[in-house]
Amino acid sequence: MASALEPATTSLPAAAAPAERAPGDDRLARILAPALIAVLVVAGWEAIVRLNEIPHYILPGPSLVARELVESWPILWPSLLITVKIAGLALLAAVVGGVGLALLCSISKWIELSLFPYAVVLQVTPVVSIAPLILIYVDEPLTAVVLCAWIVAFFPILSNTMLGLASADHNLRDLFELYGASRWQQLLLLRLPTALPYFLGGLRIAGGLALIGAVVAEYVAGTAGTGTGLAFRVLEAQYRLNIPRMFAGLLLLALTGVAIYLLFGALSHLLLHRWHESALRREP
Amino acid sequence: MSLAVAPRADTDQRGRAEPSGPLVRLEGVTKIFANGTVALAGLDLAIGRHEFVSLLGPSGCGKSTALRLIAGLARPTSGRIRGPEGAARGAAGFVFQEPTLMPWATVFDNVWLPLRLQGIGRRQAEGPVAEALAMVGLAEFARAYPRELSGGMKMRVSIARALVTRPSLLLMDEPFAALDEITRLKLNDELLALWRAQSWTVVFVTHSVYESVYLSTRIVVMAPRPGRVVADLPIEAPWPRDEAFRTSPAYNALCRRVSAELHRAMGS
Ligand SMILES: Nc1ncnc2c1ncn2[C@@H]1O[C@H](COP(=O)(O)OP(=O)(O)OP(=O)(O)O)[C@@H](O)[C@H]1O
Ligand SMILES: [Mg+2]
Repeated sequence: MASALEPATTSLPAAAAPAERAPGDDRLARILAPALIAVLVVAGWEAIVRLNEIPHYILPGPSLVARELVESWPILWPSLLITVKIAGLALLAAVVGGVGLALLCSISKWIELSLFPYAVVLQVTPVVSIAPLILIYVDEPLTAVVLCAWIVAFFPILSNTMLGLASADHNLRDLFELYGASRWQQLLLLRLPTALPYFLGGLRIAGGLALIGAVVAEYVAGTAGTGTGLAFRVLEAQYRLNIPRMFAGLLLLALTGVAIYLLFGALSHLLLHRWHESALRREP
Repeated sequence: MSLAVAPRADTDQRGRAEPSGPLVRLEGVTKIFANGTVALAGLDLAIGRHEFVSLLGPSGCGKSTALRLIAGLARPTSGRIRGPEGAARGAAGFVFQEPTLMPWATVFDNVWLPLRLQGIGRRQAEGPVAEALAMVGLAEFARAYPRELSGGMKMRVSIARALVTRPSLLLMDEPFAALDEITRLKLNDELLALWRAQSWTVVFVTHSVYESVYLSTRIVVMAPRPGRVVADLPIEAPWPRDEAFRTSPAYNALCRRVSAELHRAMGS
């Protein structure tokens, strides 16, 4: 399930592994190994908190965090939905804008030359430092926060899609030319399919970044923002020294990030498993 | 039609090509790349209908360049090239050194591509695609993806794709170079059988003296730096050619002769 962007070294251990393992083993290990780590960490954490009698406003034990999560669920869940909505809108805008601009750049060198540097500027400027400005200039709080998240999520999609569109096999391009393919046919039948794995790799990065962008924007916005997102709840809990709820909120954010990653991993697998190297299961 | 001088849409030159003359004619063709490399210098070559011509020569002598010029994929720096009628749209089939298949498309879709680019829909293409796949013995693999095929099978798909437009001219750039001996010999036989049955014209680029002698009616030996023709040898061996021919003294004598020419080309 390695994306096109992950370092190639990740496939080496798999290639060197003994050949007689059943395919099911791998899937089991993929779930069991992290689960074991989680159990160890949670147990150790609980033990340290209890043995040292650490007060809950400094470090709450996992059992307390779990109880808080359940108890404040009616507050956290709607907030989570708002944060997910912000990240989702930002990602949608990033896909539309990123793919659209990548297509424009692939059509005209001039568009690429004149616009791409600004995309880079947008990417390298820390969102924390632009967010306050955006919040000043954009009146509607939801739009402002979505805009912040969009800025972080946009670039990986743009740059990956551009790379993908330019990566078509040279011999295949010759073949298309030989048979007199139009630009439109080249785009539809050659460039877009070539770009798909690159785009999906970018999407997986952008998914996580959109969530991070949404959280950062909410933090910066504070009460000036939408005022109800999950990041705002975490901030609010911090002000009130409700540390267990802070932990519960952070846990929920982390799980959401993982869920987004898995979702796009699954999408990528669904679209690529018939043909792309990254999604092929290696025969044992 | 002159690929060199006239653009593709130039129709008034088409009618003048005499159908009995050579199918392809290169006259004083020179190709100099942007970096100054002289790939071909004053190449003269005429290829008649139904010939099986091998371009034989050491690496870098301009064989691929010549083939790409004939296909219209590159333009000569100077000189004239006359290709077959309507060379730009499917009159010539091209087989690359690598299979060059679209990994995201099934075998059917890969072979359909040349027709699809000419606006022929899936339904209409079913017949010709099935026929082309049957020719290369892959009728049952239409729904497979390239990654599910062996190297030799991929190569055959790529040949089927070149055949699907029923080209009068087949251009092949070392199509079997990456294959093992046994597969190569088998595909050689299949190609010869097809060529004899369909009476195409084939231009076949190869490094291998043995392969060229086995297949060709004529061998054009080229020399490098700058690329040019140094020998043009008719191969008047009897047909059909088969395993027995490959072990015959006549075959060995021909191979020795071609080898000697090749060595002379590389020495001079
Ligand atoms: N795009 C290019 N730009 C610059 N030089 C090139 C280019 N393509 C080929 N050449 C040069 O032209 C010469 C002939 O190349 P070509 O590929 O036609 O050789 P070849 O006979 O097909 O060799 P091989 O048997 O190794 O495939 C070589 O010296 C090569 O370096
Ligand atoms: Mg070559």
